Amino acid sequence: MKIVNTSVPKKDALQLLTGQPVYTDDLAPKDCLIVRLLRSPHASAIVKSINKKAALLIPDIEAVYTWEDLPADAKRFTLAGQTYPEPSPHDHLILDRRLRYVGDPVAVVAGRSEAAVEKALALIKVEYEVLEPLLDPTAAKDNKIIVHPEENWEALCPVGADNKRNLCAHAESSAGDIEATLAACDIVLDRTYHTKAVQQCMMETYRTFCTIDTYGRLVITSATQVPFHVRRIVALALGIPKSKVRVIKPRIGGGFGAKQTCVSEVYPALVTWLTKKPSKIVFSRYECMTASSPRHETHMRVRLGAMKDGRIRGIDMYAVSNTGAYGDHGPTTVDLTGHKPITLYRTESYRFVSDVVYTNNMPAGAYRGYGAPQGMFAVESAVNELAALLKMDAFLLREKNIIHEGDYLPSYYGETNTSCALDRCLMRAKELSGWEEKGLCRKLKNGKVRALGMAMAMQGSAIPYLDVGGATIKLGDEGTYNLLIGASDMGTGCDTILAQIAAEVLECDLDAVSVFGVDTDASPYDSGSYASSTTYLTGQAVYQAATELRRRLGLLAAKLLKCEPEEIVFDGKKAAKIDDSGALTLAELAVASQSGNDVALDVTASTKSTASPPPFMVGVAEVDIDTETGEVRPVHYYGVVDCGTCINPNLARVQTEGGIVQGIGMALSENVTYAPDGRVYENSLMQYKIPSRLDNGRLTVVFEPSYEKSGPFGAKSIGELVINTPGPAIAAAIANAVGTRFYELPVTPEQVAMAAARLKM
Amino acid sequence: MELTLTLNGKKMSRLIEPGVLLLDFLRGEGCCSVKRGCETSNCGLCTVFLDDVPVLSCSILAARVQGRRVTTLEGLRQEAEELATFIAAQGAEQCGFCNPGFMMNAIALLREKEEPTVEEIRAYLAGNLCRCSGYEGQLRGILAFIEWRKKKRGGAQ
Repeated sequence: MKIVNTSVPKKDALQLLTGQPVYTDDLAPKDCLIVRLLRSPHASAIVKSINKKAALLIPDIEAVYTWEDLPADAKRFTLAGQTYPEPSPHDHLILDRRLRYVGDPVAVVAGRSEAAVEKALALIKVEYEVLEPLLDPTAAKDNKIIVHPEENWEALCPVGADNKRNLCAHAESSAGDIEATLAACDIVLDRTYHTKAVQQCMMETYRTFCTIDTYGRLVITSATQVPFHVRRIVALALGIPKSKVRVIKPRIGGGFGAKQTCVSEVYPALVTWLTKKPSKIVFSRYECMTASSPRHETHMRVRLGAMKDGRIRGIDMYAVSNTGAYGDHGPTTVDLTGHKPITLYRTESYRFVSDVVYTNNMPAGAYRGYGAPQGMFAVESAVNELAALLKMDAFLLREKNIIHEGDYLPSYYGETNTSCALDRCLMRAKELSGWEEKGLCRKLKNGKVRALGMAMAMQGSAIPYLDVGGATIKLGDEGTYNLLIGASDMGTGCDTILAQIAAEVLECDLDAVSVFGVDTDASPYDSGSYASSTTYLTGQAVYQAATELRRRLGLLAAKLLKCEPEEIVFDGKKAAKIDDSGALTLAELAVASQSGNDVALDVTASTKSTASPPPFMVGVAEVDIDTETGEVRPVHYYGVVDCGTCINPNLARVQTEGGIVQGIGMALSENVTYAPDGRVYENSLMQYKIPSRLDNGRLTVVFEPSYEKSGPFGAKSIGELVINTPGPAIAAAIANAVGTRFYELPVTPEQVAMAAARLKM
Repeated sequence: MELTLTLNGKKMSRLIEPGVLLLDFLRGEGCCSVKRGCETSNCGLCTVFLDDVPVLSCSILAARVQGRRVTTLEGLRQEAEELATFIAAQGAEQCGFCNPGFMMNAIALLREKEEPTVEEIRAYLAGNLCRCSGYEGQLRGILAFIEWRKKKRGGAQ
């Protein structure tokens, strides 16, 4: 391999680093109407009356829309960017009379200046009938308060949803007889765990601008991971044909799943469609922290059954996932909470039961890991606790129980573990971190305690039989290529990675491949960048399209050289007859393709997958704990990753480092808590503390690749996997230091200080 | 009110609203590298130079830069590209949205100190948040740049 598995810089790197205007708000026309939302101050209320007369008197105000302006028979839709029919229930309206969380939109205001819009927002008079909110997810099922009592609420897929019971989804899966297995175990650990609604905090908040084009169609330019889903969702929301909507994705300032939900698009789309004027919305950070789509808060009960010799025989998990006011990604995220961590272990039986419940909290959505980080915290914490109970090394306990390559995976949809270096990851992580030499806990001269903890993780690669990867490659001028994709590069570097795959197949320089994406009018259909799918699934489409284009180049060359296609040898630069009696350079073929030619040198490939091969990771956290203040400071984090072949090792490394640091935030400082009236306390980056570069310590990342035959050049996914280990690994390190186990994330300094104080007493 | 300043080396006068923030003024002047990431002055995305000193343009009224020099990343193209090559070599730019503020502050550090230590780099740039990279790649890039500059300057002597 010449270009695959090399660390070429990202194709857009210098443009980004020198601050070129390539993001949504940089590209918005100067005369855009400014769109902002009046949001509900109540967690549960009904709009009794709303008066917008005074607001409309402001000269620079163009429009104010309320629920009364929308058709009474408007159909509900979901904002979740998923393949249709979406598993997420159709429970949204653009503007609803019933308000379900603090921040639910009450009115859409559009005006020619920020100041005018600000003034108008203050002048809209709303009379609310304030209702008692439902804020406790553990009491939500069959509560007397119903979040979605409406008759036109609709679940399109059989996900066990029942709005009259506050159920967004219910599912049960199992293999073997879990009760019998647990009854036969020497030890059954029975614990409950809790993780919070942590925020993606991409640096670019949600934003969208809309215009009307020459043909009267609505053009949406948006920071989105799912352009094709946005097209469908907005068409459904506005009640207009999909053919009237075109979506363009420029550079995105981070996604992490947040932009897999159509959070900002429908509002300017409504304004521009009705006024026929350009408009834009830019979410404030405040809105991003209070009315967005964070991780699902999850309560989990884990029963882990094992023998004294360390053989894990069964895992039983029950999860309650809080989807908040709307069910975006509710039914699907929870699936990973159980199936991903349970699958790490060879067990005789397992069971996973889940309820996804509606509450009057801010709606949840997709966030890197998509439900897996919650479950990984629970199961890996339980296994770490089991190791302590058995007085067995945490690595040894894993080595006895992990799945291996070739294993049948009953808890992973009956798939086979086709590529797996988890065993090697364990060995390498133990060695790399100095696990045995350092010991789990040691006192430092400065009075602090240095401790180690570890955890494993896996994720998937794309959603099998459902999502679609797409790529078009065409021969351009002078023997270069254009690669058109529908997958969204959100900073991860997929434009570059996909170009590397194309260049490898076509045996050309990376610079010879120009990447275009995404425009729903021009890009081939692609489900979008989510579910750890781009490298694995869209990468296969690129591979196939490039392979077919090679064949067609041979056809054209054979025609021109008057021979059979089988007699042509193409080496990336020229197509030559096998007997050296004639040759054409690629540039000559490009010229010929534009003159009297009837061989299309423009190939589109679509791919689906029939499996979701898991990537694996082992993480070791080394932390310093101040037993006086409770401060936990990560000193060094070691990550060993099996993502199959690294198409671009640098980008895989940075993905891993970024994921680890996000995971450190989830473990130690990122918290979402609610006031009794349902307001979020952590409403800015001041209160919601994401790690700065002083908070993460050193990171060491290495790769232990397996080879996944179904992936392009042996690749699996990496983007989501890497956020999973810090939660359980850091919690284990803290337990090793202060002797107290924590069953909730984040673990705060107050909790650690109290635990340390108890230890001293 | 009338504001006179030197923006990226060019002297200019503009009529502005007294309450406009420097950040919004600069974006209005086409300096799109200046980004807003928060409303609480703690993300670092909007960092610009005011008379060569890095400041948060979200926390300064445009009216306060009367008669002074303001430099954004648009005005530092060559200096930025030198450092950028090293960050790009690590793949650490990622989504790029925090890059301009980070680059401005990193350039300020590298102008101020010939060979900052790892601790000094981290401390100086602590106010520049990045959600993608985990910071390590940025650090590797800066350290590689310092090595390169040392060799280049050593060779020139």
